[in-house]
Amino acid sequence: MRKLLLEHISEPGIETFDVYRKKGGYASVEKSLKTMTPDQVTEQVKASGLRGRGGAGFPAGMKWSFLDRKSDKPRYLVCNADESEPGTFKDRYLMEKIPHLLIEGMITSSYALGAKTSYIYIRGEYMYIVRILEKAIEEAYAAGFLGKNILGTEYSLDLYVHPGAGAYICGEETALLESLEGKRGNPRLKPPFPAIAGLYASPTVVNNVETIAAVVPIINLSGDEYAKIGLGKSTGTKLISASGHINKSGVYEIELGLPVEEFIYSDQYCGGVWKGRKLKAVVAGGSSVPILPAELILKTAKGEPRLMTYESLSDGGFISGTMLGSGGFIVMDETTSIVKNLYTFARFYHHESCGQCSPCREGTGWMEKILHRLHHGHGRKEDIDILVDVAKKIEGNTICPLGDAAAWPVASAIRHFRSEFEECVNNSMKVKELVH
Amino acid sequence: MELKFSNNTLSLVNKIIKRYPEGKQKSALLPVLHLAQSEFDGWLSPEVMDYVASLLTIKPIEVYEVATFYSMFNLKPVGKNLLEVCRTGPCWLRGAEDMVAHIERKLNIKAGETSADGNFTLKTVECLGSCGSAPMLQCGANYYENLTEEKIDQLIEKLRDKGVRSSYLKSVEINS
Repeated sequence: MRKLLLEHISEPGIETFDVYRKKGGYASVEKSLKTMTPDQVTEQVKASGLRGRGGAGFPAGMKWSFLDRKSDKPRYLVCNADESEPGTFKDRYLMEKIPHLLIEGMITSSYALGAKTSYIYIRGEYMYIVRILEKAIEEAYAAGFLGKNILGTEYSLDLYVHPGAGAYICGEETALLESLEGKRGNPRLKPPFPAIAGLYASPTVVNNVETIAAVVPIINLSGDEYAKIGLGKSTGTKLISASGHINKSGVYEIELGLPVEEFIYSDQYCGGVWKGRKLKAVVAGGSSVPILPAELILKTAKGEPRLMTYESLSDGGFISGTMLGSGGFIVMDETTSIVKNLYTFARFYHHESCGQCSPCREGTGWMEKILHRLHHGHGRKEDIDILVDVAKKIEGNTICPLGDAAAWPVASAIRHFRSEFEECVNNSMKVKELVH
Repeated sequence: MELKFSNNTLSLVNKIIKRYPEGKQKSALLPVLHLAQSEFDGWLSPEVMDYVASLLTIKPIEVYEVATFYSMFNLKPVGKNLLEVCRTGPCWLRGAEDMVAHIERKLNIKAGETSADGNFTLKTVECLGSCGSAPMLQCGANYYENLTEEKIDQLIEKLRDKGVRSSYLKSVEINS
C-alpha cells in the first residue's frame, strides 16, 4: 500500500529538519517557489482531486479558488489543528511525528494563496505539540524556508502557532477564526465565507492539518499523478484513526478504496476485533457520522463490499450508509451497549455546544438527559420517539454543523438498534453494561 | 503585593503580541491566558483576568467572556496536579469509567473535587484525541495513555507534592 504522508515516519530523527530534509523534505517548496506561479500550484491541487481531510470532504482546490485575490487586504492561510472530533487523532500523530511535513505544506500552500502570514491553530490540550511545532518552525526559519525572501525568491512568509483552550466548536472554521481573534468560539453567520471575509475580515483559507500536508506529495508528484492514487473521486491516501475494540489501534495511512473488511481484520491494520469477539457496530468517520451495524459497514445494502472511500461509505444515504468524515474509525464489539455509547456522545455534544442557537443549545441537553435516564433504566415509553423528534428539530436548524453532528448519531443509533433502546424502556434497570 | 508577570514572561507576552497585526493584540488573549494560568497557581482569578486585560489594552469583560467559554481555563483554585480523565465514547469503550472510579477511591474524592492535601484535583473531560491509546488522562501538558489501575497508582505517587502545570511557557520560549 502506497504511503504519501507517513512514508518516512519510522525514520529515526524524522522530526528534525536535517533528517526530514535528507529524506527529500521541502522539495515541494523549492519546486513551487522556483518553478511555479502561485496559480499553477493551485491548479495542481485542483487537478489532484484532494478533498478536505477534516471531515467535510470539500474539494480543497475549489476552496482555494474562492479566495478573494482582488482584495487589497492581506490574505491568510490558517491551519485547522483543532482536532477534537471523538475518535480522531491522526493530526496529532502527524504533527508529533513528522512536524516538518505540516510546515512544508503550510509554506507551499501559503505561497499558492499569496499569504504573507499564516497561523496554525492547534487545540490547547495538544500543548506538548505546540513545543514540537515551535521547534520545527525555528529550524525552518534558520534554514531559510521561512522569513524574508525564502530561498532567495521574492516570497516571504511568517508562520506562527496559536493554541486554543479547549472547545470542540473551534474546529468549525468560523468559530476558529473568532477564537484566533481572541473571542469566544461562536460560529459566524455565512455568507460572507472566510474566503471573502475571514481572519480580521480579510480573505482567508482554513484547511485541516492533513489537507495541508497532502499538498506536499501533490506538488512533488503533480496533481494528475496524485489523482491516479485512490478510487474514483476519492483520490489519494487518507489517515485513519482506529480505536475501540480492536487488536491494533492507531493511525494508518490507507489508499482510498481499501475494503472496510480488510481494514478491520487484516493484521496490517486493525488486526480484528479484540478478545476474539464479534463485530457489533462501527462509527466510521468520527463521532458525528451515523453508526452502522456490522453487516452494513462490511457490505452496502446492495450487498457490495463497502470500501474506504467518500462514495462507498455514504452509499445508501443515511438509511443504510454513513460518511468517511474525519476518518475516526471507532469499532464496537458484541458486548457494547449502543445506548451507553450514544449517551457519551450526547453528553459530549451538549458540553461542546457553544450555546448560540437554541435548537442545539437546548436540544443537545434534552438528548443527553433522555439518554441518561434510558441508560440508567428509568426510560419512559415515549422517550425513543422524543429523541428522534428532537434530533430532527436540531438538524439543519443551526448556524453551524455541530447541531447536525449531534443529531446524526442519535437518529442512526435508533434506526439501526431500536430494539436496544426499547429494551431500556421495557426492562428498567436491566441495561447491558460493557464487560471489560 | 501587586500582581505582575515575571520579566521573562512579560517579554514573552510582548513577543506573542507581535505575532498578530498591529491593533489586533486581542488575538494574543488565549496564549496570554495560558501563560497567566501557569504562572498564577493554575487558575484565573478575577484579578489575574483584569491584569491580562490591562496588558492587552482590552476591557476586562472581554477577558471574562473568553475565560468562561474555554474548558481549559480554571475559574476556581485547583490542586497542585489537575488530573483530567477523558470519558468520551472511545475512552469509555476501553474502560475510562473504571479509571475514574479507581482514582476516586484512591484519592477519596469525587470528580470535580480536590484531595484534602491539596495535591490533586480530579476532572472528567471530553475527547482529548487519544482514542487509540485509551483510557488516558492528561496532567499538565503530559498525556498518560493506555492506563491501568497500576499505572495510575504509580503516576499518583510520582506526582504527589510535585505539581505539574501546562508548559506553554516552555513552548514559546524556543522561539523567543
